[in-house]
Amino acid sequence: MLAFLIRRIGQSAVVVLLMATIVFFGVNLVGDPVHMLVSPEADQAEIARVIQQFGLDRPIVEQYWLFLKGAVQGNLGTSFIFGQPAVGLILERLPATMELAVCALVLAVFFGIPLGVYSGIKPKSRVSQVIMAASIFGFSLPTFWVGIMLIMFFSVQLQLLPSTGRGEVGSFLGIDSSLFTLDGLKHIILPATNLALLKMSMVIRLSRAGTREVMQQDYIKFARAKGLSFGRIVWAHLLKNIMIPVITVLGLEFGSLIAFSVVTESIFAWPGMGKLLIDSVLQLDRPVIVAYLMIVVFLFVAINLVVDVIYSLLDPRVSLTGAKS
Amino acid sequence: MTNPVLSIDNLQTHFFTRAGVVKAVDNISLSVNAGEILGLVGESGSGKSITGFSILGLVDEPGRIVGGSIKLSGEELIGKPEAALRRIRGGRASMIFQDPMMTLNPVLRIETQMIEAIRAHEKVPRREAWQRARDGLAQVGIPSPEERLKCYPHELSGGMRQRVAIAIAFLNRPEFIVADEPTTALDVTIQSQILAEAQKLCRENRTAMIWITHDLSVVAGLADTIAVMYAGRIVENGPAEAVLRSPRHPYTSGLIKSVPGEHLVGQRLFQIPGMTPSLLKLGEACAFKERCAYQDDACSAAPPISMEGGRACRCFHPLRADTAAQSGGAAKESAP
Ligand SMILES: Nc1ncnc2c1ncn2[C@@H]1O[C@H](COP(=O)(O)OP(=O)(O)O)[C@@H](O)[C@H]1O
Ligand SMILES: [Mg+2]
Repeated sequence: MLAFLIRRIGQSAVVVLLMATIVFFGVNLVGDPVHMLVSPEADQAEIARVIQQFGLDRPIVEQYWLFLKGAVQGNLGTSFIFGQPAVGLILERLPATMELAVCALVLAVFFGIPLGVYSGIKPKSRVSQVIMAASIFGFSLPTFWVGIMLIMFFSVQLQLLPSTGRGEVGSFLGIDSSLFTLDGLKHIILPATNLALLKMSMVIRLSRAGTREVMQQDYIKFARAKGLSFGRIVWAHLLKNIMIPVITVLGLEFGSLIAFSVVTESIFAWPGMGKLLIDSVLQLDRPVIVAYLMIVVFLFVAINLVVDVIYSLLDPRVSLTGAKS
Repeated sequence: MTNPVLSIDNLQTHFFTRAGVVKAVDNISLSVNAGEILGLVGESGSGKSITGFSILGLVDEPGRIVGGSIKLSGEELIGKPEAALRRIRGGRASMIFQDPMMTLNPVLRIETQMIEAIRAHEKVPRREAWQRARDGLAQVGIPSPEERLKCYPHELSGGMRQRVAIAIAFLNRPEFIVADEPTTALDVTIQSQILAEAQKLCRENRTAMIWITHDLSVVAGLADTIAVMYAGRIVENGPAEAVLRSPRHPYTSGLIKSVPGEHLVGQRLFQIPGMTPSLLKLGEACAFKERCAYQDDACSAAPPISMEGGRACRCFHPLRADTAAQSGGAAKESAP
């Protein structure tokens, strides 16, 4: 276990370094931030002062070295716009994004798995056909369009749920979250649903395919031959087997939920990292973009590691000590 | 005469496929007494497994039992509601499957899979169920059963896993067990150990057993009676020794001759010519007709069942003891 962790952390460090390189050079090839930072009437001296202040006059390789050195210390530069450390800016908004992503994931799992298992067990029933048709819509309708429709229907037409912002934030056990107030909960329903739909469709598909495959296996027939009740077969024999692929995929998807909540956050004016990213891209605030990308890479790598550990706990055939069997 | 534990009468199990109706089990009748083993023999695809699944009510779509009767100690099973069948499965009647690598759930410990089999039928405390599971493993010759109970299936060899499956089948002291080719996937040495253990358990517990196999040599020392199945029908049925010594159906005779034996060293193995017919296209005619050396015009009708000395045979031209004994008499010799 320990050897596995050390090896995986080493691999992760290489991935992060590679990504850091790509991100840094990629972003530095885009646009010229100086024009964003100084007013159009500014004179040469003013421009030179800004370039000097932000280190834009140094050779690119030197900038890269400084960037890496800072990164190791958790310093990814200072926002051109806000004048604050970029990492801090993003981490401030991380809880809002996290709570949105976690809610979406929970919705996707709690609706997706039962629906998928049901339609896998009874593939021919009318209800299953409706579930599958709905999941095709979940896959193919663009997130922004669904978001707008949700607002139109629930906020504008029915006036049931608020459509913008995070609402009142409550505090519980030292954690601030809108999940702890009624107003906050009302605010999160629409964006979380919006973000969840795609993942839910994916979970439905995965658990349906898994269910159909597992239910054909000899060990299910043997379990029936032992006289187990249907409920026991589904609960103990089926679910544990289909959870393995579902957890793996969902773990990876959790990273993308965080990274790509950009669209949903923009539509619902959710004050998270995604919205900050969009604002920074529009203003060419390079340090914030770089910091955002680096934090996302870091999250992806960390989540992957956690998924591997959970996976090994679920599947007794995988052992972390050696190679996967 | 004692009442049989299991008696099957004119059982028909058909599969309603897009291509047509597959008569996988077509009018078969069998019976097994307590403590006895019936060897159900036939080539693959002849309907042996479907017969076993029919008894336990485990035939899946598009298959369905369309006729006949299956009685367990006199109690009719066909038409019983699912809940009643569930109580019988694994309780009064259980099954052992062919491939031990596939029959145990890979993500559950052996103890979980054994304890749940007990507790599905009796509300005993976990501790007691665990002890019974341990004793069950010891009974099938598994060393240090306490440790094995903690294992996951992948930590055990194929032979061990099949022993576990056998232990599970015997856990609730069933009246009847179907063993569906349980040794086919195993090495010969392990195969004979497992045969001996299953036979011992069956005799000790007075369990009635159907042992399915495609290999006559397996049932030769094991079974009390033999039923030979061909294309969904039983073509010959009788005491094991008599059937093996003087087969009456040309198909049985061909099967016996295709078993490798010491006296055949250096000779080419006998092989029944042709292939099993498609179960979709079967009509009234004898299904073995095309492969049989004795076929004539009469064989285009449904063969009658002839009874003789406690033996049944479904053939127009049953072999007499002397013809069957001659080598090469029963079926066409295969082409070189
Ligand atoms: N799901 C199914 N759909 C259609 N036909 C089936 C199905 N399962 C079994 N059969 C038919 O039943 C026949 C008997 O199968 P089986 O009992 O498994 O043979 P075996 O004697 O090898 O155990 C097969 O030849 C096949 O044609
Ligand atoms: Mg079979």
